[in-house]
Order: sequence, then structure tokens, then C-alpha cells
Amino acid sequence: MLLKKLTEAAGVSSREEEVREIIKEKLADHVDQLTTDALGNLIAFQDGVENKPTVMLAAHMDEIGLMITKITNDGLLSFKPVGGIDKRMLVSKEVAVGEDKVKGVIGAKAIHLQKPQERKNILDYKQLYIDIGAQDKKDAKKAVKIGDMATFTTNYSKLGPNTAKAKAFDDRVGCAALVQILKNNYDFPLYGVFTVQEEVGARGATAVSYDIDPDVALVVEGTTASDVPDSKEQIYSTTLGQGPALTMRDGAMIANKNLVQEIVSLAQREDINYQFRKSTRAGTDGGAIHLTKEGIPTAAISVPCRYIHSPASLINLNDYQNTIKLVDKFCQQVTTGGFNYEKLD
Amino acid sequence: MSNVDSLKNLSETNGVSGYEENITKEVENIFEQYVDEIKYDNMGNLIAHKKGNVTDSIKVMLAAHMDEIGLMVTNIEDEGFLRFTAVGGVDQRTLVGQEVIVLGQNEQYPGIIGAKPPHVQDSNERNKAYKMDDMYIDLGLEAEEVKDKIRIGDVVTVKRDFSKLKNNRVTGKALDDRAGILVMLTALQELHQIHHQADLYTVATVQEEVGVRGATTSTYGIVPDIGIAIDVCHGTMPGVSSEDAADLGQGVAIGFGPHVHPDLFSKLKEIADEHEIDYQVEPSNTPRGTDAYAIQVTRAGIPTALLSIPLRYMHTSVETISYQDIKRAGRLLARFIRELDAEFVEGLQCF
Repeated sequence: MLLKKLTEAAGVSSREEEVREIIKEKLADHVDQLTTDALGNLIAFQDGVENKPTVMLAAHMDEIGLMITKITNDGLLSFKPVGGIDKRMLVSKEVAVGEDKVKGVIGAKAIHLQKPQERKNILDYKQLYIDIGAQDKKDAKKAVKIGDMATFTTNYSKLGPNTAKAKAFDDRVGCAALVQILKNNYDFPLYGVFTVQEEVGARGATAVSYDIDPDVALVVEGTTASDVPDSKEQIYSTTLGQGPALTMRDGAMIANKNLVQEIVSLAQREDINYQFRKSTRAGTDGGAIHLTKEGIPTAAISVPCRYIHSPASLINLNDYQNTIKLVDKFCQQVTTGGFNYEKLD
Repeated sequence: MSNVDSLKNLSETNGVSGYEENITKEVENIFEQYVDEIKYDNMGNLIAHKKGNVTDSIKVMLAAHMDEIGLMVTNIEDEGFLRFTAVGGVDQRTLVGQEVIVLGQNEQYPGIIGAKPPHVQDSNERNKAYKMDDMYIDLGLEAEEVKDKIRIGDVVTVKRDFSKLKNNRVTGKALDDRAGILVMLTALQELHQIHHQADLYTVATVQEEVGVRGATTSTYGIVPDIGIAIDVCHGTMPGVSSEDAADLGQGVAIGFGPHVHPDLFSKLKEIADEHEIDYQVEPSNTPRGTDAYAIQVTRAGIPTALLSIPLRYMHTSVETISYQDIKRAGRLLARFIRELDAEFVEGLQCF
């Protein structure tokens, strides 16, 4: 199963090779061209007729993670975060380090040995480390090296009939959706780009959209859902099970209004449930894409994820399927000429 | 099944204090072929009896607790999220982002522990550790289904796969004190081949984590001449003084302190030296912390000893030990039991 395979793969920003190889293999027989660029973005291309707009669909391959920055004399690994991590999530977790996926754990001093005040304090990066069972520095160096990346070892599995948990749904849901879309046939020039380094500032998207310079771009993402206790409804951002979330505005982009309206009309016509993303914070690859060259009309469609950027996030699989459906309907609309991109400016 | 596989199985099976039914079955499965009889007392302690070669012989009791710390459901919110409290000493900072298993009335349900997301917290909230009161369990199910399947009082364990690390080290949840259960298994296997006079009672105790309650009743019922608790002690790591901890992989820690009979301590060291079994000494200025606390003051008093497996990150889901230390502890116990006779036991009363 593609979502399982993609979410269980390691791909911390700038080390996306495992994810890239999975996608390459899945798409090899389905697209006209499959190339990579200088940053490691994977670009899948389906040729189309010239008088149709060039569409770029983007999903990022990378995920948040940890970088090994020091090996202590005791053989323990110090680390720093790559991307936005709440450090309070790290204690008492298992991780896999480097390409060999060396198993390690992030422990903490036992509660019995803590003073009452210590129990209220957050454990900071300087107090946390990964234990791979090495006896000393020399022993540890046989298994890992400085600069190696670590990810959580969470497995994908279903919780309820319509829900699933895994790490890195942000943005392997987008990657999986794009793979499905690229297996279809449309008649316009279609680029499916799988970007690198989104979590450290949409760096892959910056380069790849300059190169492709599409007429219109659609970012397919996993986004925050805060429909949980102690969070007020107006700051839910998105709610699980209410369909793909459309961004009007986030911290990095005001989405192209006409493009969003096109998608809303499509969703209404096709009876696909959708919601608007209520948060105006954070950003996606869209932030970089829409500012490329003289500007590219861009929108973002996202699958809501609870506990995003944590070891185990939760999605509603209907939201995921409806996201694919909505993107597919959009592509069909471009194919039939029903989508007038010239109006986007 | 190899002994490491048994340990994996024990670690991954649930047995929160007071709810030890599932872990009990696993312990019974691995013990039964090495003992003459297995019975249970009213508290649920598993008492496995292996007869000695002499009738009316001395009685030795080994005790390792099979319960583990966990959580208990205290409320089901309208939207289906579960609120919970701790069973035993749980560090609330180890919970957010954790996968859990909720033991419902008929089935087990996987879930995730969540808290108010960081991006909707103010900066003051973000600088504080998460509190258990602010957390909840998300089962990914419709509220109606949750209310149907889950009841207040249902217990919860962290879901953690047991893993092998480098250097024979292994990690998982509840190695406190499933490591001790494995020490008893190892000792039983060793004693299977050799004659011993002593009548041996290997007890997998319940409710240690909420106040050594299982050891209290099982010792009363058995009335042993010698009681030996087998538990875990803190392993050395940054931020922990070697005064309070023992090194992983350097041998079983032989406990010493108010809870330990000095002659048993000396005898254990003597036998370890004789058989060249690596050990460390774990001094404790208090009798508290293990089943030895209860065993020692049962009835008119029981000569008690304590063996511990050094363990890092106690009461987290990634407790880490050296498998070597378990083997050594098992060997030491078997050699010790073999050498016991009535004369030695009588001497324990003479101060």
C-alpha cells in the first residue's frame, strides 16, 4: 500500500532518497519523463497539447527529523531538530538513525531520580540524546556518523474504519495523491513535482518552479487539524472528515482567488465535501512557487492531519480520497477546456 | 522460543497493576515446563513451585513483579476523546505523541496521546512541560463508538515494540520488571539440570508499582526461609551519579541495605566470585523500592536479598538493559540455590 510505504520511508529534509526511489519506481511506467534536478527534486512530466495551460502539481517528499551533531564519549548521540519539532514530543520514543536505520531510543532520567521541580521543566536538546546501545564513542562511530538523520520508527496502520496513523503524513499524503493523479491521462502538459526541503523553507520548490515556470500551480499538502479538546473551534484550522482543506491565506501566500473559486465551484458541482483552512499561519511550497519569476497563480489543497510533526499523526482516509478526487476533477476540467486560466491574472 | 523472544513477548504484553491477566498467561506459558505446579493466590500472584530433592526441605522464594505502570481512563468527552490518570509512577513528560493501547471491555483499541497543539498555545504555555490533565487519548473513532466500547476505569499501556540495540542491549516498555521474570526463567532452566535441596517458589507478583502489594500476600502464603526479590535498578547515564546507578552490561547488581540480610549478601558475592560471574554492588540507604520491602517484614520476618538488572530510562517506554546481565543473574541465582542447606538457613537467625 502506497501510503504505508511512503510514510514508513525515511526522508528528513535534504535526505529524501528513500522516498524519491519509491516514487520513481511507482511512476516509471506511467509518465513521459522522469528527471531530477540539482537539489534532488523529482520531476515527472506528462506531455500534452500546446494550446493548453501547463499545470504543475507539487508535493514535498521531505519530513521533519533530527540531525546527529555530536557523539559523546559515552557513545550517545546528541542531535538538533530539522524543521519544526515540539521538543516535548521526543522523550520516550524510538528512532532509526542514518541510511542503515540503526535503532536507537531517546530516554530520560527516571522519574525516581528527578526533583519535583524537574518534572515541570521541558527537556531541552542539550539534555536529550539517542542511545543506540554503543559502549563508547569508538563503538558508536562504527554504526553512525555526524550528519546522519534520525526519524521516528512509527508504522502506518488504521485506527478506526476511516482513520489511519503514521509519521510524515505531512506530506507523504501529497506524494501518494500525486502518484495516483499521474497514472491518469490528461491532454495538457502536466508536471508532477516531488520537492525537497520544504520543511526548512520551501527550498526545493523555489528552484523547481523557476525551472518549470508553469501557467498554474497546485500544492497538495498535509495540514494541521486542531479539532481537539482545549482548542477553540475558531482556531481548529481544519477538521478531520470534512474534506480537503483549501487555503485562502497562510503565512507565506495569499492563494490566487480565482483559482480557489474554480476549485470551490468544481467541488460543489461534483459534490465533494471541502473546507477552508482557518489558520493564517505557517506556509507551504506555494509560498515559494507563487513568487516565482513574475508570479504564478497558485492554490493549495490539503489533507487535514491531527498531531502533525509528531511521531504519530492521524488522518481521515476519506479526506485523502476526496483530495485525490478533487485534484483529478481539476485536471479533467483543464482537459475539457472548461478551465479558463487566462482569467487567473 | 528463545529467551530473548520470550522477553520480547513479555515486554509487549500488557499487565498494568491490578490488571495482570494477559501477562499472567504469558508467564505461565514459559514457566510451566520447568516447575511441578503453578497456583494463584487471591491477589492474582502466580506461584510456580519446583520441588527440591529432599522432603521437608528449606523454602526459597524468588519474586519478580509482572505488573507495569500505565494509565487509566477517567472520563470520556462528548467528542470521544479519553481523559486519563496514571497507575504507578508515570513521568507525564513522556506521554505526548505516544501511541497507546486501550484495553476496552472486549477488545483492545490503538490510540494516540494528544495535547493542545503547539501552534495554538501562547508562548507561556509553550515553555512549560505538558501536564497530564491537558492530555487526552484519540482513538480515531466516532464518539458514539468510543462511548459504546470504552468504560471509565479501562486501563491503557504505551504501545512500544521491543527492539535489539548494539552490544546485546535491548529496549522496550515494562522491562521493569519483565527482565526480572526472565531472570527467574533463566534460573529455572539452569536448575532443571542440577540437584537442589531447596523447595523453590518462583513468584510473579502483582501490584508492585502501586505499593508492593502482591509480594505482601504471596510471602505470607508461602512462608519462605529465604526471600529474594529480583528487580531493576537505575543504569548509569548522563545526569545520573554512579552513586545512584549501576553500569549496563557490567553484571547483575547485588543489593545491600536495610532490606538485605547481610549473610545473604555475602553468600551471593561469594558464589559470584567462585563461579566468576560479573556483579556490581548496589547500596541503598532505604529499604524501599522493590518487593524486598514487603517480603522482609512478612509474618515474623524473612531473611531477604535483592538482585537487580541495571536499566536506563526507568518508567519510560524505552527502558534499556543489557541482556548479558539477565543471563548472569539467572546463573548466579541457580548456583546460589543449589548450595543452600538447612544449616545455612538456621544460621540466618543468629546475629
